[in-house]
Amino acid sequence: MTASENPFKAKRSWTQFRGKLGVGTFGAATYFILFCAVLIFGQIAYKGLPTFFKSEAPYVNTEFFTSNPEILRVWHDAEGNKFSMPDKDFDIWREKNPDAVILDPHALNYSAGGIAGPLVGTALLVFFCMIIALSIGISAAIYLSEYCGKGRIMSLIRLSILNLAGVPSIVFALFGWGIFCHAAPVIVDHVDERSLFAFSIGSSYLSFQGWGTSLLAGSCTLAIMVLPVIITACEESLRAVPGGFREASFALGSSQWQTIRKAVLPYALPGILTATVLGITRVAGETAPIMLTATSTDKTDMPMQALQNEGVWAFFTQSVQALPFHIYTLAKLPDDPLSKPMQNGATFAFLLLVMGFAFISIVLRNRVRKKLKW
Amino acid sequence: MHDMSNELTTLPKATKKKKSSTVIEVDDIGFSYDHGKTETLKGISMTVPKNQVTALIGPSGCGKSTLLRCLNRMNDLIDTAKITRGAIRILGQDIHAADVDAIELRKQVGMVFQKYNPFPKSIYDNVAYGLRIQGVKKKSVLDEAVERSLKSAALWDEAKDRLKDSALGLSGGQQQRLCIARTIAVRPKVILMDEPCSALDPIATAKVEELMLELRRDFTIVIVTHSMQQASRISDNTAFFYLGELIEYGPTTQIFTNPSVKQTEDYISGRFG
Ligand SMILES: Nc1ncnc2c1ncn2[C@@H]1O[C@H](COP(=O)(O)OP(=O)(O)OP(=O)(O)O)[C@@H](O)[C@H]1O
Ligand SMILES: [Mg+2]
Repeated sequence: MTASENPFKAKRSWTQFRGKLGVGTFGAATYFILFCAVLIFGQIAYKGLPTFFKSEAPYVNTEFFTSNPEILRVWHDAEGNKFSMPDKDFDIWREKNPDAVILDPHALNYSAGGIAGPLVGTALLVFFCMIIALSIGISAAIYLSEYCGKGRIMSLIRLSILNLAGVPSIVFALFGWGIFCHAAPVIVDHVDERSLFAFSIGSSYLSFQGWGTSLLAGSCTLAIMVLPVIITACEESLRAVPGGFREASFALGSSQWQTIRKAVLPYALPGILTATVLGITRVAGETAPIMLTATSTDKTDMPMQALQNEGVWAFFTQSVQALPFHIYTLAKLPDDPLSKPMQNGATFAFLLLVMGFAFISIVLRNRVRKKLKW
Repeated sequence: MHDMSNELTTLPKATKKKKSSTVIEVDDIGFSYDHGKTETLKGISMTVPKNQVTALIGPSGCGKSTLLRCLNRMNDLIDTAKITRGAIRILGQDIHAADVDAIELRKQVGMVFQKYNPFPKSIYDNVAYGLRIQGVKKKSVLDEAVERSLKSAALWDEAKDRLKDSALGLSGGQQQRLCIARTIAVRPKVILMDEPCSALDPIATAKVEELMLELRRDFTIVIVTHSMQQASRISDNTAFFYLGELIEYGPTTQIFTNPSVKQTEDYISGRFG
C-alpha cells in the first residue's frame, strides 16, 4: 500500500468545522469568565491592599484588624493645612494643642479605626450557623438516605427541600425576623409586653417574645437558609458510598446505626465537607438575613465583652456587627476620598475571609479524601 | 464436559460419609420481592448438614442468591421483600420468630459476597471490624483474633507485615480472602458465600477453594457457584435450582454422576442455562 491511499485520511467537512467552532465557543466562554473573575478580584485587591499596610514600621496596619470602626474627624487650620484624625485621638490632640485653629470641622462616620467588630461578628455568625445547619442537615440527610423509603411522600419532601434552595434570601430573612426575633421562646422573669403568649413555670415564665436582633437569631436564620443546600449535598454523598460497605457491615452483625457510623459516614465525609464549603460561601456573603435579624448599627463593643460580663445567654442574644452589612453601610456613606480606604479594605478583607473559610474546608476535604480511597 | 465423571472420582472430597447433624432447615420457604405479588422462591425445602460444604447451582436468576440472603435475613433490608410461606430453622430456631434479632442471627450466620468489598481501612481494622462492633476493645483479644482469622483464611503469611496498610492495596484474591477472614473473625457457625470466586483468576480461585475445604472442619458452608467444576470439587452436597424451585438436591457425587432429574443432567452437562 502506498501513502497516497491513506485509509485514515482526514476529511475536511462541515461537521469538523462545526466541532471546532463549538470547542472554540466553549473555550472562549471559559476564558471570558476567568478574565472577569481576575478583573474583579484584581480590582478589589489593588484598591484594598493599601489599607492593610502603612508607611511606618511595623508596616502592617494592625489597627485595621484589631479595632472597631470609628468616626474620622476632619478639619483645616487657618493656613489651609488639612487634618484628619480618629475620634479617640482627637481629644488627646485637642488637649495638647488647645490653641489650634479649627476651621470647617466635620465627622466622617466609620472612616477610621478598623473592622475588628464586623470581622468577629461574621466569623461568629458563620460558625454558629454552620454548627446548627450541619447538625440538623446531616441528621436529616442520614434519615433521608438510610432510614426512610422511597415512597411518594418522601419524594415530595425531597422536592420541597430542593425547591427551598431557590427561595430568595430576603424571604428567609423575613421568616427569621418573624420567628426568631419576635416569636421564639425564652425563659424570663418578667414577661415583655411584645410577648405573643407566656406560661409560668415555677417562678419564671416561658415567654414567646423572641430573641431580638441577636447573634442567635441571625445564626438560626442563616442556618435555615443553607439547610436545603446542606441536606441535598450530604444526602448525595451518603448515597455515593458503595452499597457493598453497608451490606458487609450488616453481614458482620452490625445494627443500622453502627453501620451508618462506621461504614457509611466516614466515607461520606469528603462530600459532607464539600457541602460545608458550599454552605459557608453562601452564608458568609449573605446580607439581607443578618441585616434584619442580627446586626444593629449602634453596636460598638466586641461580642466577647458580653460573654465576660453577662454570661452565655447574653452573648447569644446580643446583636453583632457583620462584614457584609458593614460594607453595605460604608458604601452608603457620602462620597469622600477619606472614607475610601475603609471601604476598600473592608471589601478586600471580606473576600479574603470567605476564601479563607473555603480554603480550609477544601484542604480538610482533600486530606480526608486522600486517606479514604476505594 | 465429558471427562467430568473421571475428574470427580479423583477428588479428595467427601468420600467417607460421616454422619452429620443438621444446621439449617429450610421448610417450604416462599419468598417475594414485591409484597407477595410474585414469588421468587416457590416453596423450597432442604436441609444443610453440619461441617459440610453445600453448593447451590442453577441458571442465572433462579433465586440462589435470594435463598442465601434469606438464611441470614439480609433481605430484611429490602422494604418490599416478604416471606410468603414456610419457615427457616437454623440450629433448631425459627429465624423469623418474634424474639429473634436479625443482628444476633448475622453474627452466627456470616456472609461473603460475590464482589469482594473490604472497607477502605487497614487490613487489621477490616478483620477487627466485627469484633469491635460487638464491643471488643482489648488490644490483646483483637490481635489474637486478627491473627487467628488471617491464618484460617490463609492470608497471614502474605499480610502479617502489612497489617496497618490499606486493604485496598491487596490483590483481588487476597481481598476476597480478607473478606473471608473478616467473616470468620466473629466466629459464626455458618458461612454463606455468594459466588466468592467469580471475580478471581484461576490461581486465586484455587486458593479460596482450598481454604473452603479447610474451613469445613470448623464451619458449615453454603456456597452459590456458577462453576460446575467448582461445585464438584469442593461441595459435599449440591442443590440444583430452576426458576425459583429446588429441582434436585443430594450428595454432590450423585448429582454429578447420576442425577435423577433430566433438567439437572441437562444443566450440568451444559445443554442449557
Ligand atoms: N433486590 C431485588 N428486588 C427485586 N427483584 C430482585 C432483587 N434481587 C433479585 N431479584 C429478582 O429475583 C430473581 C432471583 O434473583 P437472584 O439474585 O436470587 O438470582 P441468582 O440465582 O442469584 O442469579 P445469578 O446467578 O445471576 O446471581 C431474579 O429474577 C431477580 O431479577
Ligand atoms: Mg446471585
